[in-house]
Amino acid sequence: MITLTHWNKRTALLCGISFFNLAFFAIAGEMKDIDGAGTGTKNQIVIKDFHFSPETLTVKSGEKVTWINRDEEPHTVVSVEKQFKKSSALDTDQEFTITAGAPGTYTYFCSVHPKMTGTIVVEKP
Amino acid sequence: MSDYISHDHEHDGIDRRGFLHCMAWAGTGLLWTISGGVLASKTLAQIAKAGEALPATDLSFLQISDSHIGFSKEANKDVTATFKIALDRINAMPTPPSFLIHTGDITQLSKPEEFDTFDEVLKSCRTKDVFYVPGEHDVLNDNGKLYRERYLKSVEAKGSGWYSFNKNGVHFIGLVNVLDLQAGGLGQLGDDQLEWLEDDVKDLGTSTPIVVFAHIPLWAVYPQWGWGTSDSERALGYLKRFGSVTVLNGHIHQVLQKVEGNVAFHTAMSTAFPQPAPGTAPSPGPMNVPAEKLRGLLGLTSVKYLQGKSSLAVVDSNLS
Repeated sequence: MITLTHWNKRTALLCGISFFNLAFFAIAGEMKDIDGAGTGTKNQIVIKDFHFSPETLTVKSGEKVTWINRDEEPHTVVSVEKQFKKSSALDTDQEFTITAGAPGTYTYFCSVHPKMTGTIVVEKP
Repeated sequence: MSDYISHDHEHDGIDRRGFLHCMAWAGTGLLWTISGGVLASKTLAQIAKAGEALPATDLSFLQISDSHIGFSKEANKDVTATFKIALDRINAMPTPPSFLIHTGDITQLSKPEEFDTFDEVLKSCRTKDVFYVPGEHDVLNDNGKLYRERYLKSVEAKGSGWYSFNKNGVHFIGLVNVLDLQAGGLGQLGDDQLEWLEDDVKDLGTSTPIVVFAHIPLWAVYPQWGWGTSDSERALGYLKRFGSVTVLNGHIHQVLQKVEGNVAFHTAMSTAFPQPAPGTAPSPGPMNVPAEKLRGLLGLTSVKYLQGKSSLAVVDSNLS
């Protein structure tokens, strides 16, 4: 049986924190403009009428996730817990792509219209 | 039909006919005066008909809002032109306003060139003093850095850009409620700004007229669309003891008003494009209207303060 001394308690905590951080930075963001034609609809979240659709998207770790803004209003994609790099303001038909990192649940919102929220669930590949 | 009050059962300076007349004109141009929290209306058309200039007053200023320079979608392909028309209207006023207040969304996408265009066009305005508060469109990618560099030169701004100043005995407070917004929430002032506000007004006499201006409405216009400010109640709490508080907002691109105790809330039209009435569309996005109707839904707001009367008169006029 393992007894938790002060020392191994601290080690366990540090291990936990390191793991947490890895999960945080596993998702990298990129943004690009497109002109009209989409790049496929797999793992695509459409922003329309001030909603993220689908509101919850489940993907495998390592897959790309793309948001596309179909509103005439600029929107952003910002991780609530700062787990991935935020998008800049997406104007009409602009898109934003991230690569899903460690398995987990990632909530995000539009920092311009914070009523708009969504969730990415990342599963093991 | 007379516009004068014929029945005044409540002794509140407004009768049923006056009220309906007032409502009929909401959004197209009306004048309302606030006296101890009640209002009476007089249409702009009526003023124009009588050929009377508004009486000389101690202070008059003008609110413009939501110019959205850079927007070029269906709802208005030339927002710079309509902004110019608004400035022409200001220049043509018989009594020029002492200063302008811009209640935010100067630009569509916070781009330097959009701010440049705005500044360039504004040069044609005879009234040179302008006080600003940011809209969410002005702080998109840099948390308002560029906005603050450009538009707070003439004030002693604190924090993310809030400030106050006095004119002719009226205390003006410009608040920022478009930054650090929280997921699922509304507009937000934040603790730092609220503490500043409490301190800012604590030594003022209760008879000091207060004018508060901010981009997002400081009352729950329609929270489902984010049209409200989560901690505005706390701000208004600090202002409760004052006899006359006027709250001027933008953001929703239409005239809405409410009187609560001594506080009169008012939202202004945009100079760029209209937005739908609360809950009447799938989203609060730009509203497309026939070209000939557009200018009737854009406008500006004139506010006059009569010294010693602690009353403010608010006139909305459209650009048609």
